[in-house]
Amino acid sequence: MLMLLNGRIAGISGIVKGLLTSFDFSESNWRIAFLVGMIIGGLGYAMLYPVEIILPEGINTLTLIIGGHIVGFGTSMGGGCTSGHGVCGMARFSLRSIVATMIFLSAGMLTVYIIRHVLGS
Amino acid sequence: MSRILSALIAGLIFGIGLSLSQMINPNKVINFLDVAGNWDPSLLLVLGGAVITTTIAYQIIFKRAKPIFADQFNLPTAKNLDKKLIGGAVLFGIGWGMIGFCPGPAIAGLGIWFYEPLIVVISIISGILMQKWIAKKIGPKA
Repeated sequence: MLMLLNGRIAGISGIVKGLLTSFDFSESNWRIAFLVGMIIGGLGYAMLYPVEIILPEGINTLTLIIGGHIVGFGTSMGGGCTSGHGVCGMARFSLRSIVATMIFLSAGMLTVYIIRHVLGS
Repeated sequence: MSRILSALIAGLIFGIGLSLSQMINPNKVINFLDVAGNWDPSLLLVLGGAVITTTIAYQIIFKRAKPIFADQFNLPTAKNLDKKLIGGAVLFGIGWGMIGFCPGPAIAGLGIWFYEPLIVVISIISGILMQKWIAKKIGPKA
């Protein structure tokens, strides 16, 4: 829909990075609107269907801070996240996105494996 | 104005989709990545469904000369597989596996239960700024 109407890729890390890069309001306004829409969407859904979120075991504020930094750094360096590479990029048959998606899925699976089955238990 | 409104509505639909599909639930995401444990493959259907829907939509959209509210389609132009793409994807995957949040669900999560998503969103922003700072220091190679 964002592509049809505004000609943009709906990649969240790219939208956030764009906001941190360009202070030109004509470029920021649609990005802010999209993010606000996402928050309202989450809020609206949670009001209709209360969501109970339980954080996985072993995740605390410190882990969230470290993991969040790695996610931010990685998506900025790799030029995309699940939405940009994983959905929009794959849908365009972009080789870069297909490779990136395979890599981050594997890296995520390996990380969970190490945390849960090598270090954990 | 129409560009802002359309972005808002597109974001709204995306936020609802992420909530409905449970992508915003880090426990669910980590169980999806936990192929060696109690693997929960249901998010594969979500990702696959999103890719299929977007693929079909893009086929139709790109037949148009331009988007409805903008002058042109803005598409990435890079084609090569470089170290940055691969390194970035590896790091992103590690962070994703650690916390079960990727950027979209963290932002939609702000509307749902706030505290943890807020920490993640601030950390993601700080991580992006660090990467930009380092990339500036060592030049375009990074």
